[in-house]
Amino acid sequence: MIRALLLALAFLVAATPARAQPLIADLSSHLIAITTGFSGTELLLFGATEGEGDVVVVVRGPEGEASVRRKARVAGIWINRDELRFAGVPAFYRIASSKPLADFVPTALRQRHQIGVDFLRLQPQRELNSEETAAFRAGLVRNKEAQKLYEPEVGRVSFLGPRLFRTRILFPANVPTGNYSVEVLLIRNGQVLAAQTTPMFVSKVGFGADVYDFAHAWSAVYGLLAILLAVAAGWAAGAIFRK
Amino acid sequence: MDILPVYLPMAETAVDGVLLVGIGGGVGLLSGLFGVGGGFLITPLLIFLGVPPAVAAATGANTVVASSAAGAIAHWRRGTLDVKMGLLLLAGGIAGSAASVKLFGILSAMGQIDLVVALSYVLLLGSVGAMMLAESVRAMLPGARRAAVARAAIGADLPWRMSFPRSGIETSALAPLLIGLAVGVLTGLMGVGGGFLLVPAMIYLLAMPTTTVVGTSLFQILFVSGNVTFLQAVSHQTVDIVLAALLIAGGVVAAPVGARLGAKLDAARLRVLLALMVLGVAIGLGVGLVRQPADIYSIRLDLGEPAKDETP
Repeated sequence: MIRALLLALAFLVAATPARAQPLIADLSSHLIAITTGFSGTELLLFGATEGEGDVVVVVRGPEGEASVRRKARVAGIWINRDELRFAGVPAFYRIASSKPLADFVPTALRQRHQIGVDFLRLQPQRELNSEETAAFRAGLVRNKEAQKLYEPEVGRVSFLGPRLFRTRILFPANVPTGNYSVEVLLIRNGQVLAAQTTPMFVSKVGFGADVYDFAHAWSAVYGLLAILLAVAAGWAAGAIFRK
Repeated sequence: MDILPVYLPMAETAVDGVLLVGIGGGVGLLSGLFGVGGGFLITPLLIFLGVPPAVAAATGANTVVASSAAGAIAHWRRGTLDVKMGLLLLAGGIAGSAASVKLFGILSAMGQIDLVVALSYVLLLGSVGAMMLAESVRAMLPGARRAAVARAAIGADLPWRMSFPRSGIETSALAPLLIGLAVGVLTGLMGVGGGFLLVPAMIYLLAMPTTTVVGTSLFQILFVSGNVTFLQAVSHQTVDIVLAALLIAGGVVAAPVGARLGAKLDAARLRVLLALMVLGVAIGLGVGLVRQPADIYSIRLDLGEPAKDETP
């Protein structure tokens, strides 16, 4: 299927006359459907460039707030002491590039397009000295990486010939639901030649979605059902065992 | 690595289904054997597997409903369930757990709920475990059996004496009410059924015989954990029915096996085993409090955010 898509894309590129876009890209799917058997998935991003340049892909999940807490030792016991809240925290973050970022992306560009976890615009909600803020920020990123929601490694965008490129984006089992954006940048001589942002959704479907919706819409009924099922299971096991 | 990954809709992550059934079975066996709900084992195990703590605690309570129902029914059939005593404990328990819900809210807003929970675990499990171990080892020594039976410490001097023919004791009605209340407060705070506290309290404070203690405590746990399940489902939507079903599937098969095994084993030896298990968990948690955590920073996403699935 992927080969067919690439082929179709190649035709599209070839058929487009002179005023061609310098960059087109698309995802193998715009929806990640979380079903009962879901244990993570992989999307393919593919595209074509017009002329020379390198490609950077930035995947960002829905933004929200997160509070970071720091433990300190008090009377021999580790206790949460300090807290710093951040806004603008993407629930999920991945980047991929066709070359090592340091080789062709200037810092100003990385800041503008938030390329790399160090350049995420996380907004601390309280004034602290820069050393402290940096420590809390690093703590946030480290925790996100431990949950596999951020990835310190830059993924690889590989070129097939001079114009066609592709990359795989991995989504773990705990991928947060919501609206995602996939930003593709074509960079040459330290300048963004073209950019394209593609939306993507992560959503529960089928049984899991029904359970989730029911639990929120009819929470009292859901709670009673959970208890009834448990009691019935316990009773049934006892009844079977008595024979 | 995963044999059969199953996506858990409320926990919002996937965990191996076979592993979950296995955990349910292991905890169910202990539940039937000792008359503890197993919540204090299931919740940490689920957190370890990557289930969010709030979902782990609430779903743990749901599985405790099943294992305690299975155990309580088995004991009731065998005549080792003191319903009269159970109802008094329950009345206190419901009042206590309702009160503790408020306290839980205050502590989690302060960011100290984890600490309070861990500290309560260590102090309570540690002292209860040590007490039980000392007492039951003494009881196992030859010639010491009679002397080992504890006095009805709090029941003896209180008014409203009542007889409990099923357990063969006579004590004040206030005693089980107070014990139920105290255990109920801790249950709401710690998100567990409270069996590990109730069983020793009944043995040492009410002087109940070990035979009726297990069934009666399961009876009380059944209702308290049901109450917790309902409250959590309504206020936080943290009960994951898929996760609960897998754990329960393992648990309901193993719990009656545990109950039968328990009936065959020597009561004093059973108490030593329970004491060792309780002490083990206390030591494990205590080490966790004192040792420097792998990362002293932790994150918590906002609870105030709207339901995530509003957009298609």
